[in-house]
Parts: sequence; structure tokens; C-alpha cells
Amino acid sequence: MLRPDNTHDLAEIIGTAVQENRTLEIRGGGGKTDFGAPRACDDVIDMRGFSGVSQYDPAELVLTAGAGTQLSEIESLVAGENQMLAFEPWDYGLLWNRGGVATIGGTIAAGIAGSRRVSMGSARDHLLGFEAVSGRGERFIAGGNVVKNVTGFDLSKLVTGSWGRLVALTQVTLKVVPRPRLVASFALDGLSPAAAQRAMNVAMGSQAEIAAAAYLPGDPSQTVFRLEGIDPSIAARRQLVAEMHAELGMLRPLSEDEGAQFWERVQQFVALGEDQPLWRIHLPPSQGAAMAEKLDPAGEAQWHLDWAGALLWIATSLDADTIRDAAASAGGHATLVRADATMRSRVPALHPPASGVAKLESKVREAFDPMGVFASARFGGGKSARAD
Amino acid sequence: MVCLPQPDAETLARREDIRAALCAIVPGEGVISDQDELRPYESDGLTAYRQMPMLVVLPETVEQVSQVLRYCHANKVRVVPRGAGTSLSGGALPLSDAVVLGLGKFKSILEIDYDNRVVVSQPGVTNLAITEAVQDRGFHYAPDPSSQIACTIGGNIAENAGGVHCLKYGLTTNNVLGVEIVLIDGDVVRIGGKQLDPAGLDLLGVVVGSEGLLGVVTEVTLRILPRPDTARAVLLGFPAVAGAGKCVADVIEAGIIPAGMEMMDKPAIECAEAFVGAGYPLDVDALLIVELDGPAAECDYLITEVEAIARANGASFVRISQNEEERLRFWAGRKAAFPATGRLAPDYYCMDGTIPRRRLPEVLERMGAMSAKYGLGIANVFHAGDGNLHPLVLYDANQPGQLEKAEAFGEEILRLCVEVGGVLTGEHGVGVEKRDLMPAMFSEVDLAHQQRLKCAFDPDMLLNPGKVFPQLHRCAELGRMHVHGGKVSFPELERF
Repeated sequence: MLRPDNTHDLAEIIGTAVQENRTLEIRGGGGKTDFGAPRACDDVIDMRGFSGVSQYDPAELVLTAGAGTQLSEIESLVAGENQMLAFEPWDYGLLWNRGGVATIGGTIAAGIAGSRRVSMGSARDHLLGFEAVSGRGERFIAGGNVVKNVTGFDLSKLVTGSWGRLVALTQVTLKVVPRPRLVASFALDGLSPAAAQRAMNVAMGSQAEIAAAAYLPGDPSQTVFRLEGIDPSIAARRQLVAEMHAELGMLRPLSEDEGAQFWERVQQFVALGEDQPLWRIHLPPSQGAAMAEKLDPAGEAQWHLDWAGALLWIATSLDADTIRDAAASAGGHATLVRADATMRSRVPALHPPASGVAKLESKVREAFDPMGVFASARFGGGKSARAD
Repeated sequence: MVCLPQPDAETLARREDIRAALCAIVPGEGVISDQDELRPYESDGLTAYRQMPMLVVLPETVEQVSQVLRYCHANKVRVVPRGAGTSLSGGALPLSDAVVLGLGKFKSILEIDYDNRVVVSQPGVTNLAITEAVQDRGFHYAPDPSSQIACTIGGNIAENAGGVHCLKYGLTTNNVLGVEIVLIDGDVVRIGGKQLDPAGLDLLGVVVGSEGLLGVVTEVTLRILPRPDTARAVLLGFPAVAGAGKCVADVIEAGIIPAGMEMMDKPAIECAEAFVGAGYPLDVDALLIVELDGPAAECDYLITEVEAIARANGASFVRISQNEEERLRFWAGRKAAFPATGRLAPDYYCMDGTIPRRRLPEVLERMGAMSAKYGLGIANVFHAGDGNLHPLVLYDANQPGQLEKAEAFGEEILRLCVEVGGVLTGEHGVGVEKRDLMPAMFSEVDLAHQQRLKCAFDPDMLLNPGKVFPQLHRCAELGRMHVHGGKVSFPELERF
């Protein structure tokens, strides 16, 4: 494993690998290593040498940090100023019992966002600029240090969620947001999935300004709405939600602890067993409950809905084609998050794109990494498959 | 005046063949070749720059767009995509050897889906028409560029358009979920949809704001939001710009995210007030319009807080809108600020840089000094909440040399924005206008990485050439790898 701590060394490492026709895997804390197919890379670059917050100006709502900085370090730093990363990134490594190691670079490269994504956007909406070394072994920058910027192509969007296939991120500049003064969660108990979905559709289309909405099946099931803001506003919006759903029963306020626990369960999914493959299905929001019932008609699988139905987490042994066909026909796509090595080497983690998009993606990868130094079997690339 | 790419004599010689081929693809009145009829296309919202196009084609179907591009690709004809032509950076400025591809006939809203809170639309629909289509059900499309009655949603995608409300609701990029895009080779590709995240690479993220360099968008899927129950605005006057700047920072730091937070300086206030009589105070140096939206209880509560923050920063004038009519009147002055500067000078040149908020007083002071140096007036309006400046350089195009002076003044302002940690453009785009300033922000290596993305989409560089990038490198040249020094893997680095 290589552990550079400056862009010059990193560029040399990548340039050398290009010359020697070797492949490199870019790694932060390594919590998400088991996402994607098993693969053999010639070497791993540990990015944690690029560590530390270099600039944080709370009044400007902007923070710049080395990509290898611990996510937890950044979160506690901004919490100290009563601010937050509004896309609610969470510790994805927990899915593989490798919590506590997440870096900000890994979080951005994987495009991780939590329940608040539905109201405040995803990681891509909060990355203002970055510094990186491309597969050409060249350091470059893109974006800027201000929120409003349309200078040049928006490469910040492209590198977010690119899973280390285009560049090695060395530094990221993020938008931070003031923490809401108050967070309150309210539950409707015992709704069927379909009724819960309808309730979420109505609430999201109302003036209640729902910060997050999720559904946990169970006995009883819980449909929970999170409201954030100032006290009088939350009171008014709570009243609105209660009235629009009056026929569905009482809108039960959750205590602060109960609320925190609920959102942790939704986000981190640790409650689910590890014996079944775990899928993350992205859908038009109104399709969430119907998809869950379609994939789990007998009510045996473990699943829940986040993002008001736009995100279905489901642990099921259904075959991959069935899941992906169902997701695609509903206008969505399915990511295989966690599975045993055999399945992961057979089933691509990312939903295979239509041919036109696949062609574009391949050309874009080539633009940043012409020799395939970052390509591997992890996402169906790698030296042998680079002829595309 | 910027240089445009050399026209290709061979293409110009083939003009008649190209016209005939395009007429075969888009029959009827879909191809414009008459000089008088081409005239309206010679410029966009940046009227200082003009160039007659070779031809204009106005397809009506996606299939026609695909065939036009396929033909242009096969015959190496340059293409300039165009929506309503309201770009303020010359994004739709024609080339003498290029076909302007106008999307004006794509005027239908295809689907309104309230359960998923999206509108699917063709690109030639105006920004405002999206909101108008959904407002009876209490929804709106949040990005609201000031040209929203005229500008098209396709053009908004190309330019990643903003507006006064993007402080709270984001730019276009934060409100688009999917596009159908026709590539230069005629391939029709769908990216994104009604779901929230991409399946693979976020290609949508780079298509938005690509200024017509990557493809031609033929369909968009937009996120719509419930319109807030209440909106209230407050006018705050300050005896000094520094107090207004501090007030903006304090509001944001208090955790209040207003729907809009605009600032005007003294010349802008005076022009606007004389023009529309919005009730602006004339004895202040800076005026803020702060708008809060949401439940009535929230607006009432926060407006009191904003007022307290303003007073603590020395506000000498506070007026809170008492009704919708008054709120709109507060905005009328701000919206008229650009044309209102006509009282001071016949022409204005609108700039668009973004700076870190805290540098505002210093930047204003230095712009004042530049104004004296160039002998040209300046009026300033800002989207203060996000540090996006719109200095209006005042000049008279009929006075020889004044346009050139205004351009030089503008360039110095944008360089100043970069120097203090900001950027060249917050929402108007690079276009031709800021193209040659790109090296102030980006190195050659940075720009080459952006240009290779262009090459991935359009290897012959036929789409909107001469925009965004200061130098036209051929894609083959950009693709070449430069060999690195070290022959062995980095020896001094620890391996474990």
C-alpha cells in the first residue's frame, strides 16, 4: 500500500503506474471496500495522508479539507459552530461492520447522502470544488470556493459518486449549512405500505416543508416525518400534517431520543440481517411502496423506505435480473450494496446503463483515465475489459 | 471584442448544399437562409457582440434534431444551439460558418406528475410557463432568472441559470432530475429520470451548465416544489455599505436562510426609485431587500429577528411589507434596476462575478476606484446572500472607445473577484464574454481536463465552438499522454 501526502508524490505514483501498465485502487478508510466485485489491483493508494481541514470560515458557510480527513472529524468541527453537512452523510462502512473509518473523500466519491437528501440535496449538491490527480498523473482543480459558480464544466458533480474511477480526490471544498434550531419527528403508526406511500406523497406535496420522510414496516409500522426549523414554524407545519392525515390516526410526536434512533435505523440499516444480499433501489418517489410489495409479496423480506419512497432498501435473495427489471420498468435502478463475493463477482454493483449512456460513460472515463489505471473488475472494468 | 474561430472557407462554399440538406430534413419553413430573416439571430442577450449565422434551422421533432446533428457531424458543419437567445454571456452568439439550431418549436409541456413532484417538458417552454402550468395546484419551479418570461428551460439547463431565489432553492442544477439529449453524432440518450440519484456517473451534473458544448437537450424532467404559504419582504437601509454587508453575514450565521437577499448601492437605489417609485430611502448608501417565505408564523418570527440584526448593524431605515402588493413593489424597484440605469447612461454592461461575502466592502471600494480610473460610472446590484455581484458598468456606445473601456473595466472587476477568492461567473455563464479570462481561474492543465470531457461528447468540436475555452486544442492533441520522469515506482515512499 502507498500512502502519499502531497499531490506531487501522488502524481508521480500514478504517472509511474501508467508507464508500467499497473493498476491502482484509491482508498480512504477502506470501509466500503466490499462494495463492488472482488478484484486484484497492482497496488492500493491510501489517501489518508491528505488529511486535515485547511480552511473553515463559518460565516462564509464553506469548508476545505484534505480528502483523507475523517468524516467524523469534519462533522464534529462544524457541529462546534452549530453547522452541519446538510446532505447528512453517514458511515457506510457500518454495512460491513467497518464503521468509524469513513473519510470525506470516500464519502464524496461514493456519493453518500442520508435521509435529508430529499429536502436538501445530495453530496453532489454540496461539493463546491475540488483538487485531484487524474489517471493521467496530473494535478488539477475544478469548481471554486463559493456557492454560486458556473465557471466551466461542473466537474464537482461528475466526481461525486464516481467511486474512484476518474480521479484521486486530494482536497474537497464543501458547502456547510447552519444546523436547524429544532428537529422534531412525528409518526403515523400502523399504516400499510400503500397508505404510507400515499401519506408521504401528500405531505411532500404540501407546504409542510418535510425535511425527511421514511417508512419502517413492522408491528406496528411507522411512517415518520421529520420537521426542522424554528419552533413556531414546526408547530404550524405539524398542525398541517396532522390535519391532512387526520383520517390515518394520531400524528404521534417522537421524543428526541426516539427520533434520533429512528433516523439512525433508517440511515444505517444495521438492523437488517447479513445473510441476504442487500439492495438499494432508486425510484420515482411515489413508486417506493409498490416496488417493495412487488419484490416481497409474502412480506418476508426485510426492507424500508427512505426519501419519501424514492429509496427502497431491501435485503432479499431474489435474483438480480428480477430486481433490476422491476426497478427499470418503474423508472428507476438498483444498486447491489452488500452480497457475498461469489454474487458480487457475477452481478455488477451498479445498475448496467442503457447502451447510449454506457458508451458515454466509457468515453468520459477514458477522458480522465485513458490508460485505465483506476479501472478494475470492481465495476466491470479492468485491463481485460478495457477494450470498450 | 473577442475573436471567434476562423470561419472555414470550404464550409461557406458548401452553404447551398448544406441548406438543401437541412431543408430535406426539416421541410417547410424550418430553414432560414435569407439575410433579413437571419438578422434576428445575429446576437443574444449580450448585444455588444454580433455575428450573422450561415443558416438557421428550426426542427420540430427529436428525430429532426437527431438528423440535423448527424448530418452536421458527417459533414463537419459547426452548430450553435439556441433557446430564446437571452444569454448574457454570448452563449448563443452565432459563427459565420455555423448553423444555428433553434429549439423554439419545442413548446410543449409533456407531463405534470404531482405524485412524484416533477414536470416533464420540451426545452423551448419558457421558465415562467413551467410555474404557470403548476401554480393552480400550489406548486412552482423554483429557479427564477430575471429573464424568466422569455428564457427557455432548455437554455436554463445549458447555462445552469440562477435567480434571486437560488439562495434557498438552488440553481437549475439542483432542480433538474433528467434530460433527453441528442449528441453530435445524432444518438439520442436519456440521462436521469424521476428518481433522485444517477445509476452510474453523474452525466446529468455536467450536462447542466455545459453551455451547449456537449449536446442538444430535447426533453427535461424538473423538480417542482410546493409554493410557500407566505412570503414577506423587508427593506433595510444602511448609512454605510459595511453595515449592510455585516447584516447579510449575521443573518446567514444566525441560521436564517432567506428566500432572497438582495443589495443595491446608492446609484442603483437612486435610479430604481426614480424609475418606479418603490418607496426606497434615498438617504442611505446601501439597501437590502430580504425576503422570507414559509408558514406565516415562521415569516413573522424571522422578520423580527432580521430587523433586530439589521438595527444592530446600524440600519437607518426598516420597512416590512404589510401586504402582497407592497412586497411586489419592493421587488419592482430591484427588478427595474437594470433598465433604470438608462437615466445615468445610454448603455450598461452587466457583470456577474461571485465573491466570498466578507470581502464585499473591500471589493466595492476597489470598484469605486476603478470607476474613477476608467471615467465610467458604476451601479451595483447583488444577490448578497450568495455573494453574486452584478456591477453595471455605465457607458455610451456612441462615444468612440467607451465600449472598449467598459469591457476593460469589466475584465478588471472579474479579475478582482478571482483575486479575493471568488469566481468569474455566478450565473450568467462563460460564453464568449469571459472565455479569455478563464486562465485567471484555471491553469492550462485544469482547462485541459475540462476540454477532454468536451472531447468525450464531441470529438470534432463542432458544438458551439469558440465558447467557454480560450484555446481550441484539437482532441487528439489533448488526448496525448505526457510521459513522466521516474522510471521506477516511487522508492522513498513506504509500502506496507
